Parts: sequence; C-alpha cells; structure tokens
Amino acid sequence: MASVTPLKTSAELALMAQGAGLPIARQSAFGRFTEAGLPHRRIEAYHYSDLRSLMKDAPQLAQASGSAPSDTVFGDLDAMVVTIVDGHLVGEVNASLAGVTIATQGDAPDDGLAKDSVFPESGDPVIALNAAFVDQTLKIGITKGAALEKPIHLRFVTTAAVSAYTRAIVNVADGAKVTLIETHEGIAGALSNSVVEFSVGDDVQLDHVRINLVDKAATLLTTLGGRMGARSTVTSGNFVTGSALSRHQVFLRFEGEGSTATISGASLLNGRQHVDTTLVVDHAVPECVSREHFAHVLDGEATGVFQGKIIVRPHAQKTDGKMMSRAVLLMDGATMNNKPELEIFADDVQCGHGATVGALDDDLLFYLRARGLPKPEAEALMLQAFVGEALEMIPHEGVRETLEGLTESWLKARG
Amino acid sequence: MLEIRNLHVAIEDGSKKILNGLDLTIHNGEVAAIMGPNGSGKSTLSYVIAGKPDYEILDGEILLDGENLLEMEPDARAAAGVFLAFQYPLEIPGVATMTFLKAAMNAQSRARGEGELKTPDFMRRVKLGAEKLGIPQDMLRRGLNVGFSGGEKKRMEILQMALLEPSIAILDETDSGLDIDALKIVSEGVNALRSADRSFLVITHYQRLLNYIVPDTVHVMSNGRIVKTGGKELALELEANGYADYVSNVAA
Ligand SMILES: Nc1ncnc2c1ncn2[C@@H]1O[C@H](COP(=O)(O)OP(=O)(O)O)[C@@H](O)[C@H]1O
Ligand SMILES: [Mg+2]
Repeated sequence: MASVTPLKTSAELALMAQGAGLPIARQSAFGRFTEAGLPHRRIEAYHYSDLRSLMKDAPQLAQASGSAPSDTVFGDLDAMVVTIVDGHLVGEVNASLAGVTIATQGDAPDDGLAKDSVFPESGDPVIALNAAFVDQTLKIGITKGAALEKPIHLRFVTTAAVSAYTRAIVNVADGAKVTLIETHEGIAGALSNSVVEFSVGDDVQLDHVRINLVDKAATLLTTLGGRMGARSTVTSGNFVTGSALSRHQVFLRFEGEGSTATISGASLLNGRQHVDTTLVVDHAVPECVSREHFAHVLDGEATGVFQGKIIVRPHAQKTDGKMMSRAVLLMDGATMNNKPELEIFADDVQCGHGATVGALDDDLLFYLRARGLPKPEAEALMLQAFVGEALEMIPHEGVRETLEGLTESWLKARG
Repeated sequence: MLEIRNLHVAIEDGSKKILNGLDLTIHNGEVAAIMGPNGSGKSTLSYVIAGKPDYEILDGEILLDGENLLEMEPDARAAAGVFLAFQYPLEIPGVATMTFLKAAMNAQSRARGEGELKTPDFMRRVKLGAEKLGIPQDMLRRGLNVGFSGGEKKRMEILQMALLEPSIAILDETDSGLDIDALKIVSEGVNALRSADRSFLVITHYQRLLNYIVPDTVHVMSNGRIVKTGGKELALELEANGYADYVSNVAA
C-alpha cells in the first residue's frame, strides 16, 4: 500500500497558523504536535476517538477574557473558588484558605517528555498542544498536614468561541487533606484543553471531582496526571453531561506503598455527543489498591468510549486492581466502545475487569410499571440507581448531592 | 368485578400458545383460588392481567368493572386497581425500598387525580404495615428485595399490596418458599385486607395456603383453561386425588 500524506484538515490548518506565532520556548512542544497532526483511528490510543475527523475546527486563541456567570452549579457550596475564564485567571490570585498557596507561572510547562513524567513517554498530541499554547500555569500548594476546611473549586469557563488552554499543578504535601473540584462550563463553539497535575505526598487524602457541563456544541479535552506517595487515598470522580466532543485522560502512578485510588465516572449523553475516557493506572510499587468504575447512559446517537488500562510492574506484588465499565443504551443508535486492559508483570496480584453494555432490563421495568410507575418514571428510577453506583464513590456529600440533582434533571428532560 | 372471557394468549413470537379460551369471573369481595399443575398457564394469566408485554393476545377480553384492561398500559392498570404479587419478586439494586414505595404510591395517586401523600403520613403507614408483617425497619432502607430471603420478598409483596390498596389482588404462588410461620403472617396480612369492594385471585399449586386464606370459589386450571369450578371443598378433593383427572380430560 502506498503511503499517503493526508491532507491537513481545517482544524489542523488553524492550529498550524496559531502555532506559527509561538515563542521559541514553545516550539518543541508544538513541533511534537505537528509531526503527526491530530490523532486518528489508526493511532491506537485514539482508535475510538478520531480527533482528526471529530474536531471540526480550532477556533482562534483566547485573548482577554470575558466574565463568568455569577452562579456556580453548586448553589451555596462554601468553597475557595478560583475562576479561570477563557484560559486566564480572573482577579487577584489569593489563597483565602489556610493551608493553601497559589501562584501563576508564565513560562512553558512540561509537555510530558520529562524523564519521570506520568504522561505517555511517546508523547500525547493533546498534552503537547496544551504545553504549546497555555499562557498561565496555576500552581497550587497544600501545606504539610493541612486539613482544608472547605473545598478548592477550580472553575474553568469559556465565554466566547475561542480556544482556551489551561494548566494547574497541584502539590499536596504529606498528611494533607483536600477536596479539589474542577467544573467546566463553556459556550458553543469553544475548545478547551485543560491539564491538571497532582503530586501527592505520603498519608494524603485527596478527593478530586471533575464536572463537564460545557455546551453541547463545545469541545473539551482534559488530562489528569497524578503521582501518589505512600499510604495515601485519592479519589477522582467524574460527571459528564456536556460537550459535543470530549476526551478525558487520566494517567495515575502509585509511587509509594499502601495507597488507594478510586476513579469513577458517570456520563449522561444524548444527541450525537461523543465522550471518551481513557485511563492508565500504573501500579509501580507493591500493595496498592485501585478501583475504577465508569457508568454511561447513552441516549439518541451518542457514543461513549472507555479505555482503561491497569499496569502492574514486576515487583508490584499484592496489587489489588478492579475496573468496571457499565453502559445502558437507551436507543438503537447509541454506541459504547469498551477497551479494558490489564498488563500484569507480577504474580501475586488480584486484578480484574468487567464491562457490560445493554438496554434496561425489561422484567425490572415491568415490575416497576406493575406498581404504577409510568414508563419514563420507571426508567428514570432505574437509571438514577445505575448512575448512583458511580456517584456514591464521591466522598464529598454536598458535591454528590449536586450531581444526583443534575442526574435527576437530565432524566426529567428526557421526558 | 373482574371478567375474563374466551382469553387466548401466545408468547410474543407466536411460537407457543399458553391460554386456550379461558373464562373466569370474580365478583367484588370474592376470594377466588386457581389451582393447577405446573405449566398450566397460571403465571401467564396473572402477567396478562397485569399487562406484561411479552405476550400476544389472540382473542378474548379482560374487563375490570367494565373497563377493558387489555387496552391499558401496566401502570394504568395498577392505578385502576390491579395488583400482582409476583411469584418471583425482582431485586432492584440501588433503589431503596422506601423510595420505591413512595414513588409507587404517589404515581398511583397522581394517576387517579388525587394529591400526593405527605411524607409523615407515608412514613407512618409504611411503618405500621411493616410491623404487622414482621418486616424490620432496616430492610426498608436497603435496595428493593436485594439480599432478601424468599420469604422476606413475599412479605414485601404483601406490604406493597397493603399500601397500594388494590381492588383486585392477584397472588401468584405467594405460599411457595414460605415456612409455616411466614405462611400464617402472610395469610393474616391478606385476610386483614379482605373487604366487600376488594377481590382476590389466589394462585397456588398446593391446598395448604387455602387453609389460611379460605376461598369462596376454587377453579382448576389445566392447559390454559378453567376446567372445573367449585367451592372450597374442591381444593380438598384436589389435594386427595391430584390433578391427574383434569390433565387427562384435556388430553382426551
Ligand atoms: N415468556 C415465555 N416464553 C416461553 N415460554 C413461556 C413463557 N411464559 C410461559 N411459558 C410457558 O408457558 C407454559 C405456562 O407457564 P406458566 O404460566 O408459568 O405456568 P404455571 O404458572 O401454571 O406453572 C409453560 O410451559 C411455560 O414454559
Ligand atoms: Mg407459575
């Protein structure tokens, strides 16, 4: 077969034009993107999410920022809110919370090729683009032993059809306890590319939540990179109802023994939404526990993608890893693609994965209807329970309740 | 009054006919029992009355107080007063029993154009009903039927019946899987609900249950039809002689 150089898509052409203006320091990251262009289905990691065909455009880079809507999705949740509008921090950076330091940095962030990075060694085009275009890196530190009395809420907002690149680096020192929430809100036509990195010490409790509520005609590319020390507990809960196209990547590595990570997610999709979650959990040391549970509710012609890989390194004995992906298809036109993988190089481990895809159980539906529940109500009750399995892995009660409420509204809107 | 006339039913793909011209009338306040060998179509009849979609109605009609049930969705039938205690109650993980009971009661009230129950009233009714049936409070907080024993599931069905106050309650082998104590509790629960404007269709394979829930009429079902109708003494006769007479009748 003759090798063909594919024509550049309009999104790629726009990105090339934007990259031409980048300073020298950003050129190497940008170069790594231009080598291959947008990833497509023949690139293994993007097989189910062909960005070359799914990304129609790369809107102009955000300049100054507009202002964020005043209400957050949480109503009256008491949190330290950091608002990033169109890729730029709004207002003074001030850490109004004891135990938190916050600063911004303008030079080029790492694009994942540093020696000990948790990001893929071969590079990743989405992270490379982030490294090339991000203006400000937000640096948040949680001091040793601090138990934060309220959550930190990173609020990412777009107010125009622009490309917004953001990066936050969070250092959680030994013994600290923190809840970190990211919400993504945005308008039609916007492209957001956000990278959040954690560096978690020993004996830490970090509860992270990511909520994607951007417009259903927006694109959201998010990456979470995390490393964990010993005896720490990290949870990362995800909730998605937004975006036409979204991909969330998680790269998490255990670097200290006796730690536990719980990564969960619920995606409620309809229309032609395409939502991808790709995660790699790397057990590099012994005696760590990881749990992954993702639930997809797919209506209309929506597509869900779950790719999860658990790696157990040769000496990571007593690893306990379990991964589950469950999807409910509400219409014939909906699609779920599951690709669970275990790469196990140690012998004394307990690892497993499972995936289910199917319609709601007819017999259960009949049972509920025979008790008087009209069909939509019976379906909503079952779906609420299905989504609840993922949501209950989020420890923060207020956040969980908000997400249960969003689930209920989504189900009501289905009719 | 429930009237079933000339009911012919096959499973949905038409591959098998189960009910073959069944006629049955149950008057208000009447407790009717259906007995019959396994596979004679008893559960199918109960499902068809309740509106399970897996069946094809080839002929006949089912009227509840003159209303054509066959034209109604299962939830509308429930609101009209049909209740089916399932032979095998289903487990619904993640749906707390309380949440389910409230949703069911409110849905039926709404469908009848009545107001929703106030939470304290609802709680009180559930608590009282559960106590009578020996259902511990913590079971009500768990997922519906999840991890319940066979007997607990049957009691939960009777609790639902008590709360939903149907006009026709169909009990499909509610006695199966019950020990004698549970059988008594469940029967008391049923007897307490007997009234002039509520009728029961008690489906059972054994006569034992009918010692506790004493029927007004007993119908023998075989091969998808009622082949004999009598009083409560018919159950005793069946217990003594078995179903052989009726099964061979049909084969002849
Ligand atoms: N959904 C179904 N699909 C296939 N066969 C069925 C179905 N429902 C019932 N049957 C068959 O119809 C017959 C009657 O079943 P059922 O109504 O359960 O009888 P009973 O309750 O009297 O034991 C049995 O032979 C059973 O296997
Ligand atoms: Mg049966």
